[in-house]
Amino acid sequence: MRWLVIGVAALLVGLLGYGVAQQGKRTGTSSIDAALGQGRDDRAPATSLPRLGETGRARVAAYQGKVVLVNFWASWCKPCTSEMPALQRLQRRMAPRGGTVLGIASRDNSQDAMAFVRRFSVSYPNLRDGSGDVAERWGVFKQPESFLLDRSGRIVAHRIGAVDPSWLRTHVDPLLT
Amino acid sequence: MIRRTLTLLALLAAATALAATAAHAAAPRASLSDVEDEVMCITCGTALNISQAPSADRERAFIRRQIAQGRTKAQVKAALVDEYGPNVLATPPDRGFGRAAWLVPLLLALLAATAIALTVGRWRRAGALTRDDPDTEAAADPDEPELDPDDARRLARDMAAYDR
Repeated sequence: MRWLVIGVAALLVGLLGYGVAQQGKRTGTSSIDAALGQGRDDRAPATSLPRLGETGRARVAAYQGKVVLVNFWASWCKPCTSEMPALQRLQRRMAPRGGTVLGIASRDNSQDAMAFVRRFSVSYPNLRDGSGDVAERWGVFKQPESFLLDRSGRIVAHRIGAVDPSWLRTHVDPLLT
Repeated sequence: MIRRTLTLLALLAAATALAATAAHAAAPRASLSDVEDEVMCITCGTALNISQAPSADRERAFIRRQIAQGRTKAQVKAALVDEYGPNVLATPPDRGFGRAAWLVPLLLALLAATAIALTVGRWRRAGALTRDDPDTEAAADPDEPELDPDDARRLARDMAAYDR
């Protein structure tokens, strides 16, 4: 009987350890900011996502060669609404100079996300990450969050919260020259 | 004895499964309250029925739209998985660490059944030993310390006096 109790206790401790290790792995994915802070080269996670409102899928890597502002957003997120006009203006500036905004509607359902895109007449491409798994791989905790990729696909800047015109001028404009 | 205990446990499990199936079949129409306590708020990691987050309101609106279209509870949950992925379901996934949530209770139930069977068996053996052994007190408790010779003599004398 004593060995049975010891066995059960060991099993429960083992499960606890496994659970803690799994949680550690999940938080370990948010390393992009740390890499940027240390000036290390960091590439965007290689993932493919369905296009929002269209058939087919697309990869962030497919935009290599362009300056890309990857913007994680959701229709229920108020700061995402407030930054939308700035992103639209940015798209008009970037498109003729070899750049684009790339929206990723995350933790949102497709109907609401599409209604949002129509409401703001969003003209840049959008992908869909309903589960938020891809946002998690990028280390996104709160929406909106934006990542600026240079023409080689390297992440060069990260913004938590809504982008503002001065941040966009400081970080995006030098890459468009 | 062990076989009887295991049979009883199997019957109990079968009865529970049947009751769950009957309850499921008796609920043809989905309702928001019926669904929202079985799914998660996708941003807050809590059950949807206790979440006040803006994203939770959108999820509830999505469920209401599905119900308005005449979908059953299973169909609503399937639509939620299509939109938000399998983590939207409150039941743990049948993979990785989530599998432990299914296996641990089963394992504990088996261990408890084994422990009960072993304990009952031990009690029955001890009872049989007590009935068979004329010196029942000594047989019942082998850990009891023996009387020293003086006490034994005094006890025998007292018992003899008592019998008279």
